[in-house]
Amino acid sequence: MSTSPTTTAPSVNGDGPLTADHQQAIHAALVSGTRPPRASALTACRMFAWRAIVKIKHVPEQLLDVTITPVLFLVMFVYLFGGAVAGSTQEYLQFLLPGILVQAVLFTTVYSGMSLNTDMTRGVVDRFRSLPVWSPAPLVGAALGDIVRYVAAATVTVVLGLILGFDAGGGLPGIVGAIGLVALFAFGLAWGFTTLGLVMRSPNAVMNTGFMGLFPLIFLSNIFVEPSTLPSALEWFVGVNPVSHLVDASRGLMYGDAVAGDILLVIAEAAVLTAIFVPLTTKLYRSRS
Amino acid sequence: MSSPLAIETEGLVKVFGDTRAVDGVDLAVPAGAVYGVLGPNGAGKTTVIKMLATLLRPDGGSARVLGHDIVRDADEVRRHISLTGQLASVDEDITGRENLYLLGRLLGYSRTQAKDRADELLHAFGLDDAATRLAKNYSGGMRRRLDIAASIVVTPELLFLDEPTTGLDPRSRNQVWEIVRALVGQGTTVLLCTQYLDEADQLAGRIAVIDHGKVIAEGTSAELKAQVAQSTLHVRLLDPDQRGEAERLLTRVLGEPAHADTDPSGVSVAVASPDKAAEAIGELAQAGLPVAGFSLGQPSLDEVFLALTGHPADAEEETVA
Ligand SMILES: Nc1ncnc2c1ncn2[C@@H]1O[C@H](COP(=O)(O)OP(=O)(O)OP(=O)(O)O)[C@@H](O)[C@H]1O
Ligand SMILES: [Mg+2]
Repeated sequence: MSTSPTTTAPSVNGDGPLTADHQQAIHAALVSGTRPPRASALTACRMFAWRAIVKIKHVPEQLLDVTITPVLFLVMFVYLFGGAVAGSTQEYLQFLLPGILVQAVLFTTVYSGMSLNTDMTRGVVDRFRSLPVWSPAPLVGAALGDIVRYVAAATVTVVLGLILGFDAGGGLPGIVGAIGLVALFAFGLAWGFTTLGLVMRSPNAVMNTGFMGLFPLIFLSNIFVEPSTLPSALEWFVGVNPVSHLVDASRGLMYGDAVAGDILLVIAEAAVLTAIFVPLTTKLYRSRS
Repeated sequence: MSSPLAIETEGLVKVFGDTRAVDGVDLAVPAGAVYGVLGPNGAGKTTVIKMLATLLRPDGGSARVLGHDIVRDADEVRRHISLTGQLASVDEDITGRENLYLLGRLLGYSRTQAKDRADELLHAFGLDDAATRLAKNYSGGMRRRLDIAASIVVTPELLFLDEPTTGLDPRSRNQVWEIVRALVGQGTTVLLCTQYLDEADQLAGRIAVIDHGKVIAEGTSAELKAQVAQSTLHVRLLDPDQRGEAERLLTRVLGEPAHADTDPSGVSVAVASPDKAAEAIGELAQAGLPVAGFSLGQPSLDEVFLALTGHPADAEEETVA
């Protein structure tokens, strides 16, 4: 490796001409570019997660819509429908907050598909795919980096909820547990959208199709209303909808009356999503020209 | 046969729908030099590179890169190559330094090693001042240099360069050429795809000319020029008004069609031998068409390409004799 990178100082930078010093420095760089032992799969994943986080650091505004949407939903629903649906805004907030947390985080999973789709149109993916690293690492790393988004969306939602007067019976452990569980499920679901990201032709197509698939799951769930108030066919769907299961488990954790079975069901569903879509995404990613 | 081959392909084929993008390509690329793959838009250059860099699976034929089969030993191939794609393969949303650091870590350097390596390369490629700028704000030339720097974070045995100077101004193009020469001087083999004949002529030891997915000619630049078999006689007349007359005379004497040059008093014509050329110059003088100067040149690669494919390599490009 290079011991002292600066031997002689080439005078010109940026778009200036390359001097003889540069030539020498390039020769020196070539000589010192010896191959280190191969990076572990773990390191590779960590570095791709780092890449995702560095991108957020450079353009923090990209977290804005992720955080503003839940704020709007929470305030709007609580004050618009609170009285009508639950009798009082306070009672409705108590009912709604865990569901809004789920919704806020699940909406952001569509971005995973959009950003992969954007990446694929750029040359950088060709370089990543020609590197001697564990080949799903760019995908796994990006998925791990996306957890930053989930946590940002979740934190804003919960903090706002607490400010508006949400009573967290489960305390901080309950809140952290709920956020963790939602993030875990989102991690699984995001793989569905990365698969979509590899099948669709443009980021916009990913977004439209993604939200079209996500809307029924979000709105035909127990996030906004008690399923018992619904017509029976709808009630059945809400009952089998994994989003409802996630909301049940999150409510349990945040209220402080969690049921182990609810939590395990969500973990199992996240595992199933991961088991289906990780191989699918990986295969498509490898074969995409 | 005796010198080791960096790349060997036999009947490589890639089909996209109805398009046979690569249609039976045989290549034998010697190690330690620049090998040019020359062809117009859509010839199949990028597709060949993508197969050799293990990004695309061939639909037919086989290839070994540095002795490793590109399908069976894809992982081993990736350990020895680097790719600078046609689309700049840098990550535009992070800085130049972050790009190089990321690759250093992915290739197995420790944190400190990767940082040092990034700085060393930024410095060598004249990018220190731009190190902390997002790559999307780089000029085309800087982006290309970063791209090549990224390809040598670990010095590769074989580097694929896909049209590295397309869209660059002449100065940036020269910088890239200097870098390529430095790489080869250090023992790296370079497979260079290009649409520019002068680029292949300048850098490449051997050149394969491809068109419609097939290799239509192969050899050193001199051999390719010799395949056209003839030299070109360029004549400059004293009086431009006599050009039409001179063209007719040369065509009659040499039995080949003479062409007007871009120079208003210039005429060119293919000749089989220097003797024939001398004879033709004599005839011009005798016919009262005085000559200001003449030269006998090898055909340019442009002319070679035209002769091989029946169409010009690049419609809007210069034709330098
Ligand atoms: N992924 C793809 N799907 C369908 N057709 C493709 C694909 N990639 C390339 N082709 C087609 O294959 C042919 C060869 O393309 P290729 O990109 O290899 O040419 P090229 O020589 O690199 O051209 P250029 O100089 O424009 O880069 C073209 O007709 C192109 O349209
Ligand atoms: Mg190309």
